Amino acid sequence: MRLVVRNLSKTFSMGFFSRRHVEAVRDVSFEVKGGEIVSLVGESGSGKTTTAKMILRLLPPTRGEILFEGKDVWRDLKEREELREFRRKMHAVFQDPFASYNPFYPVERTLWQAIELLGEDLSKQDKLNLIKESLLRVGLDPKDVLGKYPHQLSGGQKQRIMIARCWILKPLFIVADEPTSMIDASSRGGIIKLLEEMREENGTSIMFITHDLGLAYYVSDRIFVMKDGRIVEEGSPDEIVLSPKHEYTKTLVSSIPKLYKRMEDLV
Amino acid sequence: MTEPLLKVEGVRAYYKLGRVFVRAVDGVSFEVNEGEVLGVVGESGCGKSTLSNVLMMNLRRPLVLVEGRVLFKMGNGFLEISSLGREEVKKRLWGKEMAVIPQSAMNALMPTIKVRKYVEHLAESHNIPKEEILEKIRIRFQEVGLDPVWLERYPFEFSGGMRQRAVIAIATLLNPQLLIADEPTSALDVVNQKIFLKVLIQMKKRGIVKSIVFITHDIATLRQIADRMVVMYAGKVVEVSPLEEMLRKPLHPYTKGLLDSVLTPEPEVKDRGITTIPGAPPNLIDPPTGCRFHPRCTYAMKVCREKEPALVEVEKGRKVACFLFTEEIA
Repeated sequence: MRLVVRNLSKTFSMGFFSRRHVEAVRDVSFEVKGGEIVSLVGESGSGKTTTAKMILRLLPPTRGEILFEGKDVWRDLKEREELREFRRKMHAVFQDPFASYNPFYPVERTLWQAIELLGEDLSKQDKLNLIKESLLRVGLDPKDVLGKYPHQLSGGQKQRIMIARCWILKPLFIVADEPTSMIDASSRGGIIKLLEEMREENGTSIMFITHDLGLAYYVSDRIFVMKDGRIVEEGSPDEIVLSPKHEYTKTLVSSIPKLYKRMEDLV
Repeated sequence: MTEPLLKVEGVRAYYKLGRVFVRAVDGVSFEVNEGEVLGVVGESGCGKSTLSNVLMMNLRRPLVLVEGRVLFKMGNGFLEISSLGREEVKKRLWGKEMAVIPQSAMNALMPTIKVRKYVEHLAESHNIPKEEILEKIRIRFQEVGLDPVWLERYPFEFSGGMRQRAVIAIATLLNPQLLIADEPTSALDVVNQKIFLKVLIQMKKRGIVKSIVFITHDIATLRQIADRMVVMYAGKVVEVSPLEEMLRKPLHPYTKGLLDSVLTPEPEVKDRGITTIPGAPPNLIDPPTGCRFHPRCTYAMKVCREKEPALVEVEKGRKVACFLFTEEIA
């Protein structure tokens, strides 16, 4: 098992005088196998992004454990070197490709940093070649991209560079938080294909965090549906979409407009 | 039966920025028929929101109407609203004949002004007795599924879906013939989206509005309510077609690409697979020559780079601007 999440909970406390507690994630458990693509589906406020942040080691959990490759990511990783290793093996692709870049540096800086993280002893020319190869791999022409600043590139191009970064690092696990929601529909397919290729070539596990059940249905091996901090249903895409069991999943599935069918209960 | 309510003829509307023009709507012609829901679909930056401003004659600098006419049916004839100024159209048609639910409808209401105040303001500007209009809004609120007590509340107390319904109730209070909805559902969750579509369909069924122009990037939503579709790309209309026929057999390569990139949770989508249109939409300051889609089109021929394809009727009720269908004619 590549990732094991057990009884994960996160409670946020708010206010100075009367403290209010918000349980963003409640007792969430699931497992992800090597080379498996899963999706955590839920609407805003369902706790899906909080769960992702805890897995990525960006936000400490209140209770529960997250085992990545057998190690508890919050308790077992102490040394600098272990953390570095973790950052190399577990990677994130975020929703907003605009926020992932520092506007004052050329975009390839993120790729140089990835190579540093690799920790291999390469000459500068070898590193540059690796960067060029990674860009070609994700369908970008290095001369369109190298030396450019973030504002000079489209959202689709920036998201592709984030995947080029994944290609350099070849992580074991990618958390993709709404990776296509800010990209035009006509470019979305390319991003999805690139992530699928990461799985085919390197056996990478991928977890999509999304509100888009259409995306989850298309890419996943398994889907977890989240509502109010809990996983209310899990199953194969066909089980979730064609025969949902939980009331919430039923409402969700029946409310999503379809392309090949008109909703019957609209009129 | 299919009398046009609104006619758009060869409209060019540009944003004038210093010495350059952004050609957001560039030579667009189509009609909105009485009793239909017309869907306008396109990706971000294709000019579809500019188009909604043109239909309303809501032109403010830097947006200017460079060429073309917009005609609106009034009585037995057509009024050329494009020859009137914005203020004139606003006074004579807005609210009474045509109304818009703008993209930002969620934020259209000041959070600290009671909803009742907006309605009273509407009464004042149209010289209608306050009591009469307040009675009307109470009924309309119930029709869209809002308790009239909400009239006495502040917009910040409303949820997103409720705010959207409050906006549509106020916008249609004077029973406008034409309702223009510009991305009305994109900020709502799917459950509220569906409620909103139901409200819209009810409005048309009960004759509160005659025709609806629904502008969005989301084809799956349009598929639920539109009768006909207008597909826009880079400031041009590339295809006009009844919805069912367009889904069965898209003509323009861009329409096909757009349909094949839709991801909805349906087995058909998995069987079909997902395709990508290579490249990105062009900059509208300096669009490509010939057909604007040719740099991204897998069928592009020599003529596509040189000449601009006209929007031509190729089957009954179906128009397309593509040399694959019209080369012989051209």
